[in-house]
Amino acid sequence: MFYREAGQFKASYGTDQAIFPIAQDKWFVLAVVAAAYLVVPLVANSYWYEVILTPVVVMSLSALGLNVLTGYCGQISLGHGGFMAVGAFAAFKIATAFPELNVIIVFLISGLFAAFAGVIFGIPSLRIKGFYLAVATLASQFFFEWWFQQVGWFSNYAPSGTITAPSQEFMGVVISGPSATGVVKYLIGLTFLVFFCIVVKNLVRSHIGRSWMAIRDMDIAAEIIGIKPLQTKLLAFAISSYIAGVSGALFLFLMRISLEMEAFDIIAISFPVLFMVIVGGLGSVMGSIFGAVFIIGTPVFIKNFPELTTASVILVLAGLSVAWLTKYGVWRWVPLVIGVPLAVFVFFQKFASNTAEHIVLMFFGLSIVLVLIFEPNGLARLWQIAKEKFRLWPYPY
Amino acid sequence: MNIRKLGLRILAAAFVAVPVWEASVTAAQADSIFIPQASYRTGKYSVNGTPFANGFDDYLAMLNVRDGGIEGVTIDTEECEFGYVTDKGVECYERFKSKKPVAYTPLSTGVTYKLVPKAAVDKIPVLSSGYGMSAAADGRWFPWVFNFPTSYWSQASAFVRYIGELEGGLDKLKGKKIGLIFLESGYGREPIPLLKKLAEKYGYEFKDYSVPGKEMEKQQAQWRKIVKWKPDYMLMWGWGNMNRVAIRRATEFGFPLNKFIGVWWSGADSDTKPLGKLAKGYRAGNWHAPDACCDVHKDILKHVYDKGNGHDKAMVGQVLYNRGVVTAMYITEAVRDAIKANGGKAVNGEQVRDAMEKMSIDAARLKGIGFEGFTSPIKVSCADHEGSGPVVIQEWDGEKWVIIKRDVKPLTDVVRPMLEAAAVTEGEKLGYKKRDNCS
Repeated sequence: MFYREAGQFKASYGTDQAIFPIAQDKWFVLAVVAAAYLVVPLVANSYWYEVILTPVVVMSLSALGLNVLTGYCGQISLGHGGFMAVGAFAAFKIATAFPELNVIIVFLISGLFAAFAGVIFGIPSLRIKGFYLAVATLASQFFFEWWFQQVGWFSNYAPSGTITAPSQEFMGVVISGPSATGVVKYLIGLTFLVFFCIVVKNLVRSHIGRSWMAIRDMDIAAEIIGIKPLQTKLLAFAISSYIAGVSGALFLFLMRISLEMEAFDIIAISFPVLFMVIVGGLGSVMGSIFGAVFIIGTPVFIKNFPELTTASVILVLAGLSVAWLTKYGVWRWVPLVIGVPLAVFVFFQKFASNTAEHIVLMFFGLSIVLVLIFEPNGLARLWQIAKEKFRLWPYPY
Repeated sequence: MNIRKLGLRILAAAFVAVPVWEASVTAAQADSIFIPQASYRTGKYSVNGTPFANGFDDYLAMLNVRDGGIEGVTIDTEECEFGYVTDKGVECYERFKSKKPVAYTPLSTGVTYKLVPKAAVDKIPVLSSGYGMSAAADGRWFPWVFNFPTSYWSQASAFVRYIGELEGGLDKLKGKKIGLIFLESGYGREPIPLLKKLAEKYGYEFKDYSVPGKEMEKQQAQWRKIVKWKPDYMLMWGWGNMNRVAIRRATEFGFPLNKFIGVWWSGADSDTKPLGKLAKGYRAGNWHAPDACCDVHKDILKHVYDKGNGHDKAMVGQVLYNRGVVTAMYITEAVRDAIKANGGKAVNGEQVRDAMEKMSIDAARLKGIGFEGFTSPIKVSCADHEGSGPVVIQEWDGEKWVIIKRDVKPLTDVVRPMLEAAAVTEGEKLGYKKRDNCS
């Protein structure tokens, strides 16, 4: 009803090739961005900033970086944490060596170091692909983990190897360091995210993005039609690692403030970011953000409402059992008769905090499996389907 | 109702529930004080986290039953599970923050580093008893962070003094070889600069062997190198399963266990009990009793467990259980001082911080609260947030831990200047200024 492009005529190539050719799409996205800038700071408290909002914008950026490489160019990487670490340590070294330099510039420069590292570790991708490349990229993860721990210079010889984001003021507002407020850090992160989203969206719509996708879909065919695999793949590695580096710097300056190398461990960063990209949607800018929201938000939600989650899962299971047991006549209602009181009982329980954590682990895992079973193309695809349905609503065919 | 509708309703319920939950969180109770606990009963290190959490919780529960709280003010407590993962630990802190805790124990060095800058902003004192940032010992730079009774550096220096005593004097350390096997992490690397510095001073040779988290269960490579180097003594900064494996490897590679000394996070019942007689002779540092020695244990059993509450009776008196108890005691005694000083009922984080800075628990007071023989007296001051408490050395006799040496004092003359130098570095990193109102 509302979501229909009837009457929107494109009179030029420019309007036809816009990022959002449909007006409703454009206004919706603009409204979301405006809400993120204006409404969120009015309603969020420090819990939301520290636990959900800032991590989501920083990790969305990181996932966006990996999505360029894995989603658009088809090169699986498990070394993403290593590139983020390069960005974080570079930003730390630059910010401590040149305290007057604005941190925003520091973030942008530190990405260059990560991009360089990405190109170096991207070289094997010319010879190997798929799982073999994934193993090769692990090398960057292990190498940087070892390097930053062993060489004291990177942490300015701190006894524990911990690096801390220095404080900095800009126009009277503390924009980095421990005394920066949640809203400032969130807004800086959000700005970087929006900026890189626009950059990547435009890149993938250009000849560069098309050559990435050609390599992803069939590298031999791509080579035959004149795409140079060397430049294309290394460019993907460079841009992906650049974004990873910037997000690593943000991870240090906005999220953690103080961290040691283990923060970029494969379990802590590389795998979760890969999950974000897969769950969110490979080859989708929007998907990177959906994935980060899902991977960061779901455990927090379950942890805050373990009873509600368990009760809902019981109800859903009971409902599914009823549907399965149709041939047993009246007996098929048994699961519901047991399930509903059980769910109500569970809902009014007060779980111990470690029980809640176990529930998080169980149902978070379950939710990833369910997403991948029911929507293997990720949440971005779900979003697309929803849009298509809205176009037909209320007269579906 | 089809599943989609059900899902939508659940989502709607959640949207209703979020504000309710937020409201319940912010509704601070005026007539009680809130002492939360971040615990890790799950995850890689749950075997260490569970007894600690039990001890902490049981002690607070016991105070509530026996005395009706602290000076008549009820203790409100809550656990937040973080599985020894830094992000989740921060989530726990942020969740508790709005309920105005009077003090916070992050229980992990990673989380402590993250909370150090926040403490001053949120006005919640951070107590990291025997872990966290050694530099926090200088209260002039870190007014909001405490690490009494003793820091890693003080403890490492106490080990060196102890080894010196075994050898017949610190001057006999010349030419000896002392090694360190440590868990590759900020925590594990913490003692290295101090041990190197002492090596310069006393002329022993020092080498360190790192065990990355992934190789915790193996360690053959490290021990092969260690026995090749033939150290006279080995120290260990380990955690979780690493400890047990290290002791086993030491026996396999023929390193004498009575020359193998672990930090206080490497001397728990779970580290040695599975090895039984095999671990006989292994030593570890500590700052409190390793068994159910004291009146406080009797009170916990009587007021908590005999009434059918509590967590796990078998854990009462274990090393890490006692550490939970003693940490809780430090907080509650600081709160008691704060309540007395302010004459009012409930106190806030600032008042507890002031009390912590003046805290002095002597032998008589320890006896009064049932901790006689449990731990040593401590005295904290504005400048000294560490208290430089003495360390005890305990030994595993095949069945239980026994204390073989009490009152090993740290080498304060070396440690203190290093702590102060580190405090300058760490403090300047955060843009702090040194307080000059500490004499």
